[in-house]
Amino acid sequence: MTFSNSAELLSFHWVAYTIYATMIISVIAWFGYNLTRKEAKSVFRIPFYWYMAFLVAGGVGHHIFTYNTIPWVSQDIDRHNITPDAKYEFEIEDHKWIGLPKKVTIQCGQTVEFDVHSRDLVYGFGLFRKDGSMVMQMQVNPGTDVNGILDSNDILWTFNHNGLFDMTSTEYSGPDEYGEDGEDLMMVKDFVEVVGCANGGEK
Amino acid sequence: MSFTKNLIEGTDFDHTGLNALQKVTLRAVVMAFLFYGLVAIEGMIMRMVEVGHVAGNPLPEQFFHAEHFFSIMTVHPIVGIFGSTYQLVFGAFTFLVPYLTKKPLYSVKLANFTWLMITIGTALAWIAAFVWQYAPLYTLYWPLPADTHQFNVFGGIVFILGVALIMVGTLGFIYNIYATIFARVGVHKNKTTSELLISGFGIDGMLNLINKLRGKQPYTKEPALALPVVAIFRGTVDTFLDALVILGAGILVLVYLVFDASGHALDVSAIDALLYKNFFWWGLDLVADGLVLIYVAGSWYLLATLITGQKLFMENVARAALMLELLVSWMVWSHHLLGDQGQPEMMKLISGEMVTAFELLTQGLALFITLVTLWKARPLKMTMELKYLLGGLVGFGLAVPAAIIQADMGMNRVLHNTQWIIGAHVHIALIVGLYMTLYSALYVLWPLVTNNTKLYSHKLSNAHFWLHLIGGIGMGAFMGMAGLDGMLRRHLYVDGQFNPDMIFAALFGTMLLVAWAIFLYNIVMSVGIKGLIGIFLPAKDKTASYGIEDELVPADDPAFAK
Repeated sequence: MTFSNSAELLSFHWVAYTIYATMIISVIAWFGYNLTRKEAKSVFRIPFYWYMAFLVAGGVGHHIFTYNTIPWVSQDIDRHNITPDAKYEFEIEDHKWIGLPKKVTIQCGQTVEFDVHSRDLVYGFGLFRKDGSMVMQMQVNPGTDVNGILDSNDILWTFNHNGLFDMTSTEYSGPDEYGEDGEDLMMVKDFVEVVGCANGGEK
Repeated sequence: MSFTKNLIEGTDFDHTGLNALQKVTLRAVVMAFLFYGLVAIEGMIMRMVEVGHVAGNPLPEQFFHAEHFFSIMTVHPIVGIFGSTYQLVFGAFTFLVPYLTKKPLYSVKLANFTWLMITIGTALAWIAAFVWQYAPLYTLYWPLPADTHQFNVFGGIVFILGVALIMVGTLGFIYNIYATIFARVGVHKNKTTSELLISGFGIDGMLNLINKLRGKQPYTKEPALALPVVAIFRGTVDTFLDALVILGAGILVLVYLVFDASGHALDVSAIDALLYKNFFWWGLDLVADGLVLIYVAGSWYLLATLITGQKLFMENVARAALMLELLVSWMVWSHHLLGDQGQPEMMKLISGEMVTAFELLTQGLALFITLVTLWKARPLKMTMELKYLLGGLVGFGLAVPAAIIQADMGMNRVLHNTQWIIGAHVHIALIVGLYMTLYSALYVLWPLVTNNTKLYSHKLSNAHFWLHLIGGIGMGAFMGMAGLDGMLRRHLYVDGQFNPDMIFAALFGTMLLVAWAIFLYNIVMSVGIKGLIGIFLPAKDKTASYGIEDELVPADDPAFAK
């Protein structure tokens, strides 16, 4: 099992957490009801050490599961040893993108590096589908090294589905990001387009 | 009794009969619930903005402006966490520590200073946002709080002074609690400081467990401090560290603002933004992943024993777990920085993921011990305090796993800074988990701090419970769903892009607001306006303890556990 993009992951997460939430609410409600009944008997006994083992397995197993099913985890950890198919580097200053290509077109399955620098504040960098759902994001911290070169905020991403994505800052950087009517001035519509995937999915 | 008479006189509340400890407790509690109302209104304003310009939205246009919206977002957590939650918790613990240790509070004057400082500080921070629209958000990500191109420098100074006063008040609370715990009077007359320290850190529980495993006699059969006091002691360590960090960050911002105001602006790039984030989150996370979880665990243990009248199940394990939580809470801050590419990967992996996952263990353990303690005492009467306690357990049962899910390098890439974090995790943890636990404590403590005052209406109490529970879970759930749909948490949406999620979140949020109004009405009708004012008048009885000589018999009132 591997999630090929964030949409699949988020759908899975929605279902899994809804099931869990329903379960925990039901268990406590059932528990509360039975607390008031003298004749209530334990339906099943949970040995303490098994319960603790379950929590440990849940806490650690969750990360093992995501490491093995979400491709961007290992790619992110190892990103400095991976040569991207394309690299885009740009800056942000005073809530404006600087050096931004007009549009980024990516072939299906390509791994692309985005390296974003901030000249003043903490911003974010995020790509969003047309329905508003998030493709990916990172924080963009300002700062320079000892030689005065702006710090990197780099992310490597492999695009496996066709799509036209908008870009905006995902971190609050003050009200100047917005116009009088509430318009997000950092929003760049149709910034990334992924093409070449069969039936909109993988190659 | 007529409505007017009830409103003025209350049921049978007599503020003149309250001692100094009771009065100072109630003062903090009153302020906490007033601030809660303010925070609920603020929350609803922001929710209505995010519903957008749709037909029937009554919100005036000015609220849709970024300056206004983010000013509210900046003070919302300050008022909610410090003005309301801190005050409520501090008020309760100011009463509970002397009550449980059977010793007088170190200083009633200091307790008065605490609630006054937090109240004034919260008011100043709120004024800074309302008047000058100072809006760097509670995260204060460097160098935004010192950005005088976007924010009024005077507003910034007032805001930081407000936060500093809150922290000074917090330090006053900490001193008062520790001075009370370590006072060698009464039952602790013959205890040494090291004995009290060992008990406070939960080390005696751990030694008891080790001795049991080795087949030896327990280290101590009667620990120096009761388990809830241990939790208060432990949580207060994190409260102290958090106060120092927030004060430190505040001083830094203040220095920059003052220099800017004097015409000699300092270079903001002298402070590394990522390093600052690490420093700030280390401290701030001691609230979310430290003191809140410890205080809550301690409150659950106390409530479970008071409701059942029985000893806590696995008390030694609970004591030892509080010690473990101390270490865990100091090492988990990196889960806030999983989206920061400059953060070392090992810190993300160890602090952000693995150590954070331990919270599932410590909080799961607290849940288990509380449930088993209740279960062993069945049948129990479904009193208000038991209902709220179960509600609190549901809240953390939902919110803690939600946190563990997002504290993952894979999930965080698509959940960080979304409404999932603030809805499914933070709001459910605070509104359902924490507040329902605190309401349970309030119902338990009500007869003690009000001298058995009769509650005005149990029907209203029930209405409050269900509206708060359903409203809290519903609002958090729909915010969470919007987050999964890509809605950011610190972003302005004015066109209802995430409807119907936001419409449903607003409807459930309205239930929360109505619940608060019902609760307030019930309390005001119980103590009366005269009583409410009387709480703030000086106490004739200067006693700073409760129940040392003669304990009050609980009221003959079906709402309270016998």
